[in-house]
Amino acid sequence: MTTIAETAARRRHAGRTRLSAKHREWIAGYLFVLPDALGLLVFLGVPMALSLVLSVFEVNGFGGYSFVGAKNYLRMWNDPLFWKGARVTALYAIMLVPLLYVCGLGLALLVQRTDRFNAVMRSMFFAPHMVSLVVVALVWQFMVVDKIGVISRLTAALDIGGFSFLGDPNFALITIVLVSVWFLMGFYMLIFLGGLQDIPRQYYEAAMIDGAGAIARFWFITLPLLKPTSFFVVMVSMVAAVAGAQAFDIIYVMTKGGPANATSVLIVYIYQQAFGFGAFGYAAAMASILVVALMLVTAVFFALTRGGRFNHEQ
Amino acid sequence: MSSKRPQPYFSRSQVTLVRGLWMVVTAILAVMTLFPLLWMVSIAFKPPAESFSSNLIPQAPTLDNFIHVLTGVPFIRYMVNSFLVSATVTIVALFFHTMAGYALARLRFPGREVLFLSIFSTFLVSLPVIIVPLFVIVKAMGMLNSYVGLIIPAIFNAFGIFLLRQYYLSLPKEIEEAARIDGAGYWRIYWSVILPLSRPIMSALAILFFLANWNSFLWPLTITSDPNLWVVQLGIANFKSQYSASWNYMMAASTIVAIPTLILFVIFQRQIMDSLKTSGLK
Repeated sequence: MTTIAETAARRRHAGRTRLSAKHREWIAGYLFVLPDALGLLVFLGVPMALSLVLSVFEVNGFGGYSFVGAKNYLRMWNDPLFWKGARVTALYAIMLVPLLYVCGLGLALLVQRTDRFNAVMRSMFFAPHMVSLVVVALVWQFMVVDKIGVISRLTAALDIGGFSFLGDPNFALITIVLVSVWFLMGFYMLIFLGGLQDIPRQYYEAAMIDGAGAIARFWFITLPLLKPTSFFVVMVSMVAAVAGAQAFDIIYVMTKGGPANATSVLIVYIYQQAFGFGAFGYAAAMASILVVALMLVTAVFFALTRGGRFNHEQ
Repeated sequence: MSSKRPQPYFSRSQVTLVRGLWMVVTAILAVMTLFPLLWMVSIAFKPPAESFSSNLIPQAPTLDNFIHVLTGVPFIRYMVNSFLVSATVTIVALFFHTMAGYALARLRFPGREVLFLSIFSTFLVSLPVIIVPLFVIVKAMGMLNSYVGLIIPAIFNAFGIFLLRQYYLSLPKEIEEAARIDGAGYWRIYWSVILPLSRPIMSALAILFFLANWNSFLWPLTITSDPNLWVVQLGIANFKSQYSASWNYMMAASTIVAIPTLILFVIFQRQIMDSLKTSGLK
């Protein structure tokens, strides 16, 4: 009698725990994700959506909101400085991405062999990346001060001088690009080193037996097999050029977008509209365009890397 | 027999020569890369009259610039602020991200894939793009000009969660099963099985998070106006507007700001470079 009751109870108990085990896993899952999900929602998701909302309002920094419909977007369409910003952003990216690719890959090939000498060299190439961009901007500004900065005097001595690195609208953006390359190339060198390591050595050995020279080996083995890495580098450096805090910091500290808006990339122009002139709605309208663009890039990224896996299968 | 072996293109001495040249070129490029930083330190030790001389080694090295900077501007306070903010963000972020990464990789619950996709969709959204609405939200929460405002929004990013999830996906199933048979709950498994196993990736992420926050400029610039809350990057940016012509002071201040991360780099070079190398791709 007792045994029947006991088995019944045990069965009931077992049934309940089996069912609740599943639910327990559900609840545990939700609770574990909760802090991050909530934080990302409040400090990333909501801002992304709010950007779109703000863009149809006229907002002043003190909290006055009035609905204006598409007015901010119309203003954007008719704002020559917005188009200038878009052009400068595109130029910055067009110069930065290939330069970073070449410098990153070049340095990686240069220090590819693993020995103590190369380890030291890698660290030296990477060292700029450890310094904050505010300091980077200050140091470079100092070196290109008109007439007396060490680089200004060097270019003058080589007779390619006569221009002002940061004061001349034709050179300011190029100067910013070069400083950005100096700061970022060590990082991309590391990414490329990771990619190079994953290329099986046998390929090179086989090619050497077939009599392929260094250039042929680079062209027919290294480059094709580096495709995933190259894709990652191009994608990430492009996004960094268009929307990265790194571009903002360098430009904001070195030129504030000047001279004559020659370095006024969109993110700097947006910032100035918002926090310089209090045009929050207008700034949000411009930022919305960037948010949408970034979401599209992420979607492409996700699709092409099969769920964001950047490893080198195939 | 030997005729079947591929003939080397160069003799041994030629190989040594090429390698030697290669090393010289590498070394020259490396020194050129470091030059701006060496120049910064050099000016920091030069008296004002020597600021624009072209010698790298100061003729009359002096500590006056450093003394002036450290007594004139509360850099120590800025550094303490930076340290507090960076350390707190790092610890809290690692805690939350490991929890989320564990659940997203190893627990099964409805909506998990959707949740992961939503998190991943914020992967490339950067601070400058959302700074206006973020400012509006943080202001509405009353967090302007506070440590809380400096810390909390900096904690959340998809990158850390993504990397940890990838790492946890690669752990073998048996580890958890053993713990579960011993009657451990999910929290117990997370705390005493998963966390100890994630030590390598956690130290890599800790370095990355700490550096990113130590060097961050835009967010503190936007939400703090109270000098008592300034982090070191704001301190130096503001120093620039005060002393825009006194390059010897500015380079001393820059050196002070750059030294902690450079020292960190010298000590943890391998870990930092390895963590960055793998974080990019794997």
